[in-house]
Amino acid sequence: MLFFSQLINGLQLGSIYALVALGYSMVYGIILLLNFAHGDIIMVGGYIALLAITAGLPTYIAVPLSIIGCILLACIIDKVAYSPLRKAPRISLLITAIGVSLLLQNLAQLIFSAKSQPFPSSVVIPKGSVNIGGFAISYTALVTLVVAVVSMLLLTWLVQKSKMGKAMRAVSEDMGAAQLMGISVNSTISFTFAVGSALAGIGAILYCCRYPQVSPTMGSLLGLKAFVAAVLGGIGSIPGAMLGGFAIGLCEVLVTSLGGSAWTDAVVFAILIVVLLIKPTGFMGKAMSEKV
Amino acid sequence: MKKFLSIALVLVLIVGCFAACGNSKNPAASGTDVPETDETPAVSGETIKIGLLGNTTGDNSQYGIAVFNGAKLYIDEVNAAGGINGKLIEVVEYDEEGDSQKAITGYNSLVDSGVAGIIGSVLTAPTVAAVSVAYEDNMPMISASATASAVTYNEESDTVYSNMFRSCFIDPYQGEIMATFAKEELGAATAAVLVNSGSDYSVGVAAAFVETCNELGIEVVASENYAGSDTVDFASQLTNIAAKNPDVLLIPDYYNIIALVAEQAADAGLKTALLGVDGWDTVADYVTDLSLLDGAYYCAGYSTEDTSDAVQGFISNYEAKYGDTPNMFSAQAYDAAAIIVAAMTKVDTEAPELEVGSDEYRQAVVDAMKATDADFVTGHVTYDEYNNPQKTAAIIGFADGASSFWGNFGA
Amino acid sequence: MTKTPSSASPSLYEDKRIISMPVRYLINIVAIAVFMLIGNLIISEGIINRTYTTILLQVGVYIILAVSLNISTGYLGQLPLGHAGFMAVGAYVGALAWKAMPHGLGYMIIGLIVAGIAAGIVGIIIGIPALRLRGDYLAILTLGFGEIIRIIIINLPDITGGTPGLLNIPKYSNFNVIFIFVILTCYIIHTMMKSRHGRAILSIRENEIAAEACGINTTYYKVMAFSVSAALAGVAGCLYGGLQGSLFPSAFGFMDSINILVMVVLGGMGSMIGSVLAASVLTALPAMLQFLASYRMVIYSVLLILVMIFKPSGLMGTYDFSLTGLIEKAIIKIRGGSKNNAKEGQANE
Repeated sequence: MLFFSQLINGLQLGSIYALVALGYSMVYGIILLLNFAHGDIIMVGGYIALLAITAGLPTYIAVPLSIIGCILLACIIDKVAYSPLRKAPRISLLITAIGVSLLLQNLAQLIFSAKSQPFPSSVVIPKGSVNIGGFAISYTALVTLVVAVVSMLLLTWLVQKSKMGKAMRAVSEDMGAAQLMGISVNSTISFTFAVGSALAGIGAILYCCRYPQVSPTMGSLLGLKAFVAAVLGGIGSIPGAMLGGFAIGLCEVLVTSLGGSAWTDAVVFAILIVVLLIKPTGFMGKAMSEKV
Repeated sequence: MKKFLSIALVLVLIVGCFAACGNSKNPAASGTDVPETDETPAVSGETIKIGLLGNTTGDNSQYGIAVFNGAKLYIDEVNAAGGINGKLIEVVEYDEEGDSQKAITGYNSLVDSGVAGIIGSVLTAPTVAAVSVAYEDNMPMISASATASAVTYNEESDTVYSNMFRSCFIDPYQGEIMATFAKEELGAATAAVLVNSGSDYSVGVAAAFVETCNELGIEVVASENYAGSDTVDFASQLTNIAAKNPDVLLIPDYYNIIALVAEQAADAGLKTALLGVDGWDTVADYVTDLSLLDGAYYCAGYSTEDTSDAVQGFISNYEAKYGDTPNMFSAQAYDAAAIIVAAMTKVDTEAPELEVGSDEYRQAVVDAMKATDADFVTGHVTYDEYNNPQKTAAIIGFADGASSFWGNFGA
Repeated sequence: MTKTPSSASPSLYEDKRIISMPVRYLINIVAIAVFMLIGNLIISEGIINRTYTTILLQVGVYIILAVSLNISTGYLGQLPLGHAGFMAVGAYVGALAWKAMPHGLGYMIIGLIVAGIAAGIVGIIIGIPALRLRGDYLAILTLGFGEIIRIIIINLPDITGGTPGLLNIPKYSNFNVIFIFVILTCYIIHTMMKSRHGRAILSIRENEIAAEACGINTTYYKVMAFSVSAALAGVAGCLYGGLQGSLFPSAFGFMDSINILVMVVLGGMGSMIGSVLAASVLTALPAMLQFLASYRMVIYSVLLILVMIFKPSGLMGTYDFSLTGLIEKAIIKIRGGSKNNAKEGQANE
């Protein structure tokens, strides 16, 4: 019983990490950028959903609105802050991403104050639980799990089968060659940002349902953990991000339930380090040979 | 290079514009409104400066802003009534962003601007850092919110920071109160704690609670941790605690964490009575369903449901000025300002010959603060040998989906 | 990071030097002494107030942190995100050593050395596995190590004081101590980078495979650069403890590592003077811009983005300042020497 409820706790936490990690992984796969602002896009998504719901909009409008908001924001960030730096040193791009992250956090603090605000989660997903074989699983946990798995399957289809997905893979393989083949590199990158942020938007809603609060810094720790998940699973790989997310979520719960709650984060990072040392590209990452 | 220079110039312009509107738009940033001379009785040209040190930007700025607002409300009221014997109080603010290094810079900056006393800092770490410098200057200082015992008493070197006071409870006191309350009023035999290991406040309260529990014969069956104030998932800790089924569970942290814990406790099947401390203040606004907290109790320095004139007058004035219900931080800051201003008024009346800012003046203000014995918004305050206020705690309980004032408890 | 800075190989231009080496050293030593004297005078005579004195000391600590991170970021071309972790190791080890020993100048120096060695050893321990990885993997690995160090500090309250903090640290860090260590740090890094080892480190940044092919033991040099960087960060951490008098684990988080990195990148990677300037400006800025109130951080982040967009290589690029170089330039101008010579003189230090 205890084991089962801890397992559900871990899977639910893991699926949120996984959704966020997918966005990280896609952006990294295509322009090799650690998008530190990804966590803060989730924060913005949370605030949009909160504002929409408190303004009286029904859930079926508020949720898409927040996802669209995330997509628009990410495209603007890409156009304004990242695209001028396509040819700049990678570290400048990284610092820009940190700058964007700080900007979003501080703007949110200016507008909404640093106080966290309660999120009316029961409007989006009703409270209650279903009984499966004698075990109670809350609706939130169930919806989170299902949405995460469905998103991953859709994303896999998008990347593997669709035309845009082919373009994405081509650009991530070799940007110059892709351009020569007639692929519009800039719009492909924008599309990747849009898809990653749509996932961030979905993640934001699920996150706010599970942890019904929004605050300006809610994205930073989530972003960091999700990033660790993406690296653990093999950055650039979709099933890898999913696997990494679940691994981190389950691992955190496992350590806590064994009585090591003070060391949870340390163990997560230690596992990351060990995995990277044994398999430097993560669980599912492809090893790339270096061109001389 | 020219291009870059021009961009830089434009930026400077933008910064200038921001600064100009920043002062008018932001209530936390602007100084207190010094009233026109013709409105106030017998105002001399002299002013006395009081420094406000705290974090008004950054992660925990809601506490700093609340403290600044509360303190400025009191100082405005004093100024409207003619100031300290006709000398108006001028407020100097410094935002230390919650960083202990910037707190020392801020303290020195306030000293440079010639303040006679300081209200601050807000968080414990910056306050501890600042007080180590302030003690050498014997600068009269009072914090409205730094609850760690190390703020006024350095255990290792057995030094009481005689210049440092506070208007809030200390961590160990709250831990003791809640353990005693659990034993005497709830008849608890087993207890558990859920601690934020990244917060000195949480760690301090929990340590005292566990110690008192051991003395009183309450068995502490579980002690779980989480990493910091940005933690959101407590499910596995709560599942662990639920398996031990203790009579009471103490969660010493702020309202936002409590709201999350309350939601997840139900999912984890936890039926234990929750206990809290003054950080729980305003928790009722954060829990989506108050019945989740049924059976919980917390101790607080002040309750908005207190019907006394002092409390209700403070609440209505605060709402009139800031359009917001004051929380515990504002109330304690209001009292902190009252305590330091009362001491300055006493010194100004009894020894007007002392020059503001001189060593004798500082010592006189410190002595006057130490001798504080009066009623304030958050209760009657006297100071013990460690400069900690001796106040009774208001216990607030939850039942049937509503919170109510249970009564006063403790010393 | 494809640009080749011209400051790498002074020996090529040796014959063109106008001022001989002993005179160069003399000029620099005199300049340092004058600076130190001025610093002492303006503090003791009360020409600058307490705020600026405090900021001046903090600036010194951050200069050491920034120039030390510049070794692994600017010169070695790696991206570590755990510099605050090394700072924490040095700060805690140094503070505990100071507290365990009686007061005195000798003990103070022992404490600083112990702090540096401890952080250096941690640097080697982390560096050996971490430097096998590249780029962002190294970044995330060092980030993880930094966090682990902080969590260990939190969870060892009996030794480190834990979350409530380590108090009563002797306040050794006055102007002279910090000034001397800033100069020492810059000197160590400068001479290291001008030596055979420094050129090896630079060659790894430019092209690791080519460097390896030339017979350079890349692992050795990477770990060496990394641990020197860590050791100097440890010294800075120890000075930080001596300045604050108290230490809290919250001061060594992930964002603090980022802050130091921002100093290096903003100043210009591989430019020591850039790191020094950026560290000074960014440390002093919060106190200078108090009047901006809550807009301060918003403006800071906007500026950060704009600088990166319009000057991705940082404000100073890879330019390095040299006093003697400047004098040489002036001499050449007076003599009417060719412009070429002047440029080369500037590149040397």
